[in-house]
Amino acid sequence: MTAHATPDEVKKLAALARLTVSEEELPVFVAEFEAILGYMGQLETLDIAAGTDILPYANTFRTEGAPHEKGAWTRDIVKAFPNKEGDSLSVKKILSND
Amino acid sequence: MESTLASLSITEAAHKLRTRECTVRELWDACHTAAQSDALHAYLEVFAADEAAIVSAQARIDAEGENAPLLCGIPLAIKDNILIKGKIASAASKMLENYEATYDATAIKKLRDAGALFVGRTNMDEFALGGSTENSAFGPTMNPHDAGRVAGGTSGGSAAAVAANIAIASLGSDTGGSVRNPASYCGVVGFKPTYGSISRSGLIAAASSFDQIGPITKTVADAKTLFDVLKGTDTLDSSTAPEGSYPTFSKEVSTIGVPRTLLEQGLDPDVVQAFNAALEATGCKIVDIEIPSNKPALAAYYIINFAEVSTNLSRLDGMRYGHAARGATLLDDYVLSRTEGFGKETKRRILLGTFVLSAGYIDAYYRKAVAARSALIHEFDEAFKQVDVIATPTMPTPAFKMGEKSDPLSLYLEDVFTVTANLTGMPAISVPMGTVDREGTKLPIGIQFTAPRGADERLFTIGAAVTGEQLY
Repeated sequence: MTAHATPDEVKKLAALARLTVSEEELPVFVAEFEAILGYMGQLETLDIAAGTDILPYANTFRTEGAPHEKGAWTRDIVKAFPNKEGDSLSVKKILSND
Repeated sequence: MESTLASLSITEAAHKLRTRECTVRELWDACHTAAQSDALHAYLEVFAADEAAIVSAQARIDAEGENAPLLCGIPLAIKDNILIKGKIASAASKMLENYEATYDATAIKKLRDAGALFVGRTNMDEFALGGSTENSAFGPTMNPHDAGRVAGGTSGGSAAAVAANIAIASLGSDTGGSVRNPASYCGVVGFKPTYGSISRSGLIAAASSFDQIGPITKTVADAKTLFDVLKGTDTLDSSTAPEGSYPTFSKEVSTIGVPRTLLEQGLDPDVVQAFNAALEATGCKIVDIEIPSNKPALAAYYIINFAEVSTNLSRLDGMRYGHAARGATLLDDYVLSRTEGFGKETKRRILLGTFVLSAGYIDAYYRKAVAARSALIHEFDEAFKQVDVIATPTMPTPAFKMGEKSDPLSLYLEDVFTVTANLTGMPAISVPMGTVDREGTKLPIGIQFTAPRGADERLFTIGAAVTGEQLY
């Protein structure tokens, strides 16, 4: 079952990823994805159980508590906000009464 | 390539500072001037002098002499995805073109503590996605040996600057070979440490389970000097490995394993010839080994890379920082900011990552890739029961021409030897192994050695054997 990325599928992926793919870009992406996913498809014939995860990592924990003084980073972080009201980040309304 | 103080290695520059052959100010001025003369587009920005840091580094050398850290007063070039407080860190993307770092990466903090100076930020593939630095939103970096060829990537600016003697040494980051690939193409040393040995705090994330900061230097000794300062656990990066995570390994190398079947395809014959000659010159016992999972490794690498990249880059939405386009609705704000801010390869990987993680395909792609990764780790662990290090050429070919690999898959295939170290978390080093002739130009090529996780020192031993350095 080698996957095919159809134009509609690429558009759907773009919407999920919060991107727009232009009409000019679309056939290029479709052709490239065909080749790339075709190559990646070799994994499907691999005789290996999916989901066996034996990566050599372990959880690490820190002591509970305040990681830094309150407000230590506020000024620098707020400075980067594209839209703000005081020290608050300002975004468009998601719900409206209209 | 003019010879100035910027052509020195860290070891040489540190020696001159201690013997008063030059001052920190003179060294800074020489490196700053050299960086400003950059004709390769290795730098995206050359920084103004940090007067206080220069004065304090000189005072420390005057007071502590030989006991001052080797990096004290040494100007370094830093890849554009490593945060330096108050400086732009754009990851060579329009998305972060004006983003000013609000904190120092842990690696930068450690370098500062050692008295190092920062001469500028270097060019790279956008968000460290690529293998040639052609994906930089600000234009590619040229190879110092042939300006018509790529510098490699993604840390192309860092490698080109060191090779062209417009930086003493630099930091890069390595997700699938991004330190070793440009080091090979430019003819310098590139070292990817064991995953978790250098903090990733303040490194703009590409694929978090692969990313590792690494030095790009003129000598193996310099790579070791930087690694010794940068390594260590960090409460800001829970993937850093605590002390005692690995057995104590011998630094000695007597047996080198070579996965011969992997070298049967796609390699230029003169690269194979140079590789065999470099191996023979080490005087080590050479053993053929089999790592069957090498075959699907590249596919597994890219699937995991796409998945992690698309996840990591979802945070860039035009809301809190970075490129912020505005439309009629909040959704328009996200879509416009991301569509305008990201370049083509970045979008390609985000889309492919979204695909391999989607409900219908996650078992066939992502979970299978993770399983293949596990099998590969197991096979490498087994191989290291009979050999001390494993060697391959770093890249199948020398640097290619700009635009030659415009088809994305052909560029991905170049990474066949480098991705395994990121998949396994193992350390790997690329050191120059001579040159090959292409159209009358001598182009450098590199040899890569991989060691077990935690056996980073072994790579300095074998690397120095190839370069002819005396380390200890």
